[in-house]
Amino acid sequence: MNNVIVLNIVRFLSLGLAQVLIFNNMNFGSYINPSVYILFILLLPARINGSLLLVLSFITGLYIDYFANSMGLHASVCVVVGFIRPSIINLFFRNQEFASNEGVTPFSVGWQGFIKYSLVLVLAHQVLMFYLEVMSFNNFFFTLSKSLLSSAVTLLIIVIVMLIFGKRRRF
Amino acid sequence: MRNLFALLWRNQFFVLFILLETTSIFLLTQSYSYHGSLAYSTTGDISGNIFNSYNNLTGYLSLAKENTGLIKENARLRNMVRPSSLLKDTGYIKNDTSYKYIPARVVQNTVNKSNNFMVVNKGNNDGILKEMGVISQSGAVGVVVGVSNNYATIMSLLHSKMRLSARIKKSGQLVNVVWGQKTYLFGTVIDIPSHISLEAGDSIITSGNSMIFPENILIGVIESHETDLNKNLSSAKIRLGSDFNSLYHVYIIDNTMYQERDSLIRITTQGYE
Repeated sequence: MNNVIVLNIVRFLSLGLAQVLIFNNMNFGSYINPSVYILFILLLPARINGSLLLVLSFITGLYIDYFANSMGLHASVCVVVGFIRPSIINLFFRNQEFASNEGVTPFSVGWQGFIKYSLVLVLAHQVLMFYLEVMSFNNFFFTLSKSLLSSAVTLLIIVIVMLIFGKRRRF
Repeated sequence: MRNLFALLWRNQFFVLFILLETTSIFLLTQSYSYHGSLAYSTTGDISGNIFNSYNNLTGYLSLAKENTGLIKENARLRNMVRPSSLLKDTGYIKNDTSYKYIPARVVQNTVNKSNNFMVVNKGNNDGILKEMGVISQSGAVGVVVGVSNNYATIMSLLHSKMRLSARIKKSGQLVNVVWGQKTYLFGTVIDIPSHISLEAGDSIITSGNSMIFPENILIGVIESHETDLNKNLSSAKIRLGSDFNSLYHVYIIDNTMYQERDSLIRITTQGYE
């Protein structure tokens, strides 16, 4: 039990710092802004209490907002991700038995399942975030293509992070 | 009443979602405008220190380029200094000295968002206040929107709500500059009167009307201008003077006359509002 809490605190701090120091400063042609930090929300225990999930998502968003000086932007998007996460888990992993505190990882649901699940949540996060950031539908397709490209890069980095840290330390 | 609470408790997931979402959207809309940024910017010594120590690790990577830029600036400034013989000339007019320049180092900067900010390592303790202008060695950069004891947050010119009062150097016409482009290299000049035709290479400079920037600071040079005869005002694309992706040293501008001019304007406009 305690182990899970410590593990998640470590993930929260390290992914958040990596986001604000490294991923926020990445720019491939200045369009792409990967949001790798949502890996924290993705990896939370599959059967976590709903309200706790929402509060944690909200705090994660505020944490990024505090550093990126974008008050409320990431918070609002993360709360939406937290809100749809239980439904997505039910949709994809209906027959899966999760041990208590077992996270949604490539090792509990398989790589295919994990990528499918991550893709949906990352897409939702990125599309919402890019439109909220400009707060208009001007340049509709430009914003859409930015969010799709960014989602692809985010997913790629998430897979790489899981390949590096996933098995060994049960990150 | 008890039933209501029971209902809310049963649907706590949904209720909590609505509550948190409303809170975040409220924060987002409040902080969205320029004035919202002034009120809601999150400038803290904690985040500043983290950015600063990370920057100390990685900052040296761009030093070569930065040095070249500083040498170019020195050369330009040397050319501007009048030879001492001219100083005795009675015709010499004293320059506007109400502006003070405070050097600072950029410790955090983004260029890939729709609304970009940067953090510099000077704050309240160094006399930085909100709404001071910021320039680099090669052009205007942004405006201070948040200050902590040792750090300041700057709303970059690459922000959807940023707007600079500017002037076309060769004709003196007043225009405005916004970002309005998709990359950090370019900006947009708006509100150009229709009879003005600009050529590639024309300089756009600060007007000095806002009291935030002194006049004659380069913002950028015209890249292309399409005149549309059907409209009263046209817009043009400019190549920004500052290279926002490699900003390292900047100057924060303290207008020592700000208080005086601001209160004067306030007194004179009071009767009309």
